[in-house]
Amino acid sequence: MAYSIDEFHTDYTRHRARQLATFWTVAVLLLALTWATGQLAGFFRVTQLTLADGSRAEAWVLAAGLPRLGEYIEKTIPVLRVESIGADFAEWFWRWKTWARLLLETVLIGFLATFFGVTGGLLLSFTAARNLAPARWIFWATRRTLEIARTVPELVWALIFVFCFGVGPLAGVLAIAMHSTGALGKLYSEANENIDMRPVEGVKAAGGSWADQMRWGVLPQVIPNVISYTLLRFEINVRSSSIIGYVGAGGLGQELRTAISLQEYTNLSALFLIIFATVMVIDWASEKLRHRIIGLGKTA
Amino acid sequence: MLLEVRNVSRVFGAKTAVDRMSFTLDKPGFLGIIGRSGAGKSTFLRLVNRLTGASGGEIRFRGKNVLALRGAEMRAWQSQCAMIFQQFNLVPRMDVASNVLHGLLNRRSTLATMFSLWSDADIHRALEILDRLGIAEQAAKRAEALSGGQQQRVAIARALMQDPAIILADEPIASLDPMNAQIVMDSLRRIHDEDGRTVIANLHTLDTARRYCDRVIGMRDGRIVFDGRPDQLSAAVAREIYGANEHFSEAATSTSIDVLEPGDAELLPA
Ligand SMILES: Nc1ncnc2c1ncn2[C@@H]1O[C@H](COP(=O)(O)OP(=O)(O)OP(=O)(O)O)[C@@H](O)[C@H]1O
Ligand SMILES: [Mg+2]
Repeated sequence: MAYSIDEFHTDYTRHRARQLATFWTVAVLLLALTWATGQLAGFFRVTQLTLADGSRAEAWVLAAGLPRLGEYIEKTIPVLRVESIGADFAEWFWRWKTWARLLLETVLIGFLATFFGVTGGLLLSFTAARNLAPARWIFWATRRTLEIARTVPELVWALIFVFCFGVGPLAGVLAIAMHSTGALGKLYSEANENIDMRPVEGVKAAGGSWADQMRWGVLPQVIPNVISYTLLRFEINVRSSSIIGYVGAGGLGQELRTAISLQEYTNLSALFLIIFATVMVIDWASEKLRHRIIGLGKTA
Repeated sequence: MLLEVRNVSRVFGAKTAVDRMSFTLDKPGFLGIIGRSGAGKSTFLRLVNRLTGASGGEIRFRGKNVLALRGAEMRAWQSQCAMIFQQFNLVPRMDVASNVLHGLLNRRSTLATMFSLWSDADIHRALEILDRLGIAEQAAKRAEALSGGQQQRVAIARALMQDPAIILADEPIASLDPMNAQIVMDSLRRIHDEDGRTVIANLHTLDTARRYCDRVIGMRDGRIVFDGRPDQLSAAVAREIYGANEHFSEAATSTSIDVLEPGDAELLPA
């Protein structure tokens, strides 16, 4: 008995109905979840505020607070006049000598942390790959180590290392390196899990040790991925190292902290511009480099 | 006794891939293993090389049970029984010479192998072997840039670099065209004739087995169902091995390797 049009129609309608039911269930659940979390976060709170004439009124918290954001940003805008633009700029960036030194420190922290993060992440990525780990328990142990390293936020690692090694860039380097090891180790290990196992088997069959198998069977296959992830990480690490000074771990962060707590608003905008420009330059340069490397992998 | 295989088995879950295989080899030979897909040919070679563990039995090489070896001793054995794969299993992104030098991974210090610090003598030998296989001029190219037939010769060169007593070849010509298939099989035969190395090759065609082997083992469902000289491979025996019914035709198990006249091979590097 052939499958008739009518039968197809019934089946199709049933299938559609099931799809729609799934869609609406998920949609309603998501909406409820969003509402509940918004409630928890105080999104729908109504707050009291004083109007210009001194009377009190009630308003939704976001509507009441938004103008204050404008006020804050306005305060950070320096006075720049056409006739004295040079002098005004000099005043805006008056601490440029300190800032330049701290910017260099920031980039160096990012660089060194990336270096250690790559080293640690790469070494651990082989035992953290399901297809490569020499034993189940080693796989498990490295996976957990990497998880801990990246779940603890950089600022918390920084606080711990400042406590151990004192205020300064060393603590910052270690903190960001720790987090990078965890993050890169995971990314690298995922690349390792997606390789072609035949070269690994070739090396193994020739009597190569586990290390030989990793070095020659795996590494040549994943190196473009490793480089690409590393450049991306360097950029992220420079951003992180500009914050980490907040807890005394070196870099521009300490200036940000002073500016915020002493309410030096124009300093804040100057610092923001510096960080923004730096990250942009790194972003641009690493993207160029990344494309070249990916391009190389394709053509060669 | 060179090689003694005694009651070797390998079980995967409910599937017995290799079922109490036994045979002996008293002097170097060119051995072909035939059988249809799933007969356990690959599993057997991988057992010998220790890429896979055995479920039972012994494989004695010059009296020593190689299935009992562990760690460095096992790797030393692996370097004595080189393996050649259907898909070549080279490191595609690396140059040919480095791939050949990988045959020395077990013979040099970790420091040297990690940073590829090969001596001039080693490199020289790798080039000599490549030259013997007729592909010396490819030495600096990336392995992935070579044709399948050339890649398989690189794999043979890597195997020779190991200076092995035995070469295990798992369907070495199954992904090659007839011309390249012949070059590869001729090379393996020559390595056996000139160096006295044992070759055990899984072959998927009767023709190739008849043409190159001194001895053929037929496998079916993990068991040896034939063990003899190639000229004893009658149609009835083939039916037994391949499990075909009266419609069985030998053509189904042959490739066009025979379309090449013997003289054609002279055009090719020997
Ligand atoms: N790693 C494995 N896990 C589970 N079963 C396996 C594994 N390797 C092989 N087998 C099974 O063992 C049997 C023999 O496989 P094997 O690869 O040795 O056959 P073969 O003779 O080489 O076949 P082919 O000609 O297709 O390569 C098959 O049924 C296969 O499914
Ligand atoms: Mg096979």
